[in-house]
Amino acid sequence: MKNRRQFLKVAGLSTLGLAGGLALPGMARAAGLKDSYRSGQEALKGGHWGMVIDTRAFDSPEKFEAVISACHKYHNVPAINSKREVKWIWKDGYHQTFTDQKDNYPAKDVLERKYLMLCNHCVNPACVRVCPTQATFRRSDGIVVMDYHRCIGCRFCMAACPYGARSFNFEDPRNFLEDRELNVSFPTRMRGVVEKCTFCSELLAVGKAPLCVEASEGAIVFGDLDDPASDVRKVLAENFTIRRKPTLGTEPSVYYII
Amino acid sequence: MLEKVLKGRPSFYIWLAVLGAIITLGSLVYLYQVFVGLRITDLSRDVSWGFYIAQFTYMVGVAASAVMLVLPAYFHHYTKFKKMIILGEFLAIGACVVCMLFIFVDLGQPQRVLNVILHPTPNSVMFWDMVVLSGYLCLNLLIGWVTLEAERHQVEPPKWIKTFIYISVFWAFSIHTVTAFLYAGIPGRHYWLTAVMAARFLASAFCSGPALLLLLVFVVRRVTGFDPGRDAIRTLTKIIAYAMGINIFLFCLELFTAFYSQIPGHMHPLTALFSGHDGHALWINGWMWTAAVLAILSFLLMAFPGTRDNESLLPYTLGILVIATWIDKSLGMLWAGFTPNTFETMTPYAPSIAEILIGLGVYGVGALIVSVLWKIALDVKREAGTFSKPA
Ligand code: SF4
Ligand code: SF4
Repeated sequence: MKNRRQFLKVAGLSTLGLAGGLALPGMARAAGLKDSYRSGQEALKGGHWGMVIDTRAFDSPEKFEAVISACHKYHNVPAINSKREVKWIWKDGYHQTFTDQKDNYPAKDVLERKYLMLCNHCVNPACVRVCPTQATFRRSDGIVVMDYHRCIGCRFCMAACPYGARSFNFEDPRNFLEDRELNVSFPTRMRGVVEKCTFCSELLAVGKAPLCVEASEGAIVFGDLDDPASDVRKVLAENFTIRRKPTLGTEPSVYYII
Repeated sequence: MLEKVLKGRPSFYIWLAVLGAIITLGSLVYLYQVFVGLRITDLSRDVSWGFYIAQFTYMVGVAASAVMLVLPAYFHHYTKFKKMIILGEFLAIGACVVCMLFIFVDLGQPQRVLNVILHPTPNSVMFWDMVVLSGYLCLNLLIGWVTLEAERHQVEPPKWIKTFIYISVFWAFSIHTVTAFLYAGIPGRHYWLTAVMAARFLASAFCSGPALLLLLVFVVRRVTGFDPGRDAIRTLTKIIAYAMGINIFLFCLELFTAFYSQIPGHMHPLTALFSGHDGHALWINGWMWTAAVLAILSFLLMAFPGTRDNESLLPYTLGILVIATWIDKSLGMLWAGFTPNTFETMTPYAPSIAEILIGLGVYGVGALIVSVLWKIALDVKREAGTFSKPA
């Protein structure tokens, strides 16, 4: 490391000689490269990010649409209308969402309601356990994220995730983004890799809440499950909540108020 | 020894040319898949593995099954198998290559496959599968080559190779156990979450692999006159019969657990396999019933000495056994793991033409490797005088 720094200094100085003061900022940045991976001042920090969805508040298709399109637009998620679709957050019926609830006579409104689904950012994620390249990994703040450049597309994680939270790019997703306004601040993906919800880790890093939370007008609460004073913990303490497939031991971080 | 490939009858080269054509066709379709992605398969978000991974699973069993010749010969000094062992080992080499290729063609980003080695991940079963498969391939290459070289010079194989042979016996069990662990250790896929998965895989491998070997040996006997010896065939058939019996028994254990416990998650994939979903029959139902009938039939034919030792009936018995185990362990096993899907609904899947063509190409590569290796082995045997007289 020392040698490299010295080399950079020498290189920087000689460039300085050539290009005058212009090289200086570049040199400083290169020399301090290692330290620049610290998170920014404004970043939101948590010990274990979690989410509570108040399903009672999602009573119209428009409310779902607002949340889903906020996420999918920002993250350049292609709209593919087939069984090879890509989705990060979506809605489905009671029995499809909570497959363990085998009740014969659920309350009428519970049965008629739709429910949001997304990656649960499990504490004990099966997807991370099986990934042969560590392209899927769990961060110290509990968010399960993906490195699209390392993923080999083996789809072991899709077989392992009990929640169907992962999508595979069966073809180039950019084919489906052509007539759409791209968000250039978030990368598009290529064919042959898996993708899923990131809990908007890229927005947390600049001090913003996840997009679905923003778009939900209070129906989704996000916060640090490790912090007893956080909003999520308050909501959890006041309401009866359930999680999807709790018996599998994956420990989802997404809770539902029914 | 490789020069043996250069001296053969025209029919041998015609056969190689046919294989070459199949491989070329498969490669072209694969090239297309590389350019447009896996959308040319019938795979989907809910059924994310299919034909390729199913064939991989089946062929790991074929690779492992060489042990059914090696174990009796080296642990129990059953010398009558010695003549055929090399064919088993060379078949295992072809099978290993087929397995690796099936994993490879299934990848979305095949050019990144080395990431598995660059970022070794011991908690991933797939990492271990790569380790044991490549290890097994190397073991069989080494053992096969060294013992054949010794046979060519008509001397005993060197002593040190025995160590590797013993290792290969345990290694064979490991490759199929680890392959079963790919499935048996993931939560939420009811059909796969069973402790007998590895045992079932091994039982199914130890009947289907030797059955395939014997079938190929029969073809070779017809074409070249190579005779493995009547006793060897009879003993191997008995081994196949026992393994098939255990295989069927283990499947019945699954049926009992599912239907006596009445737990929906356990029952659902099985009922979907055999009688469809929500009153609708599915394409797989016919296949599964065929497999069930053929499995029982082949077992019965092998359970009784009268039909088992009937040499003109045996090829048919072995043939239907291979078909039955292939349907059960490749098509059925993969399909039922994703049915019902994680939302307890059904997403249809049936292999596409492209998948089948690419699969044929991969099998073509395996057949080419086995043809060449067997040709070498048989020519060596012919020169050494261990060819046609019963061992
Ligand atoms: S929901 Fe699925 S993809 Fe998300 S962390 Fe859990 S196991 Fe992984
Ligand atoms: S598809 Fe990618 S993320 Fe998923 S297990 Fe394979 S390498 Fe890991």
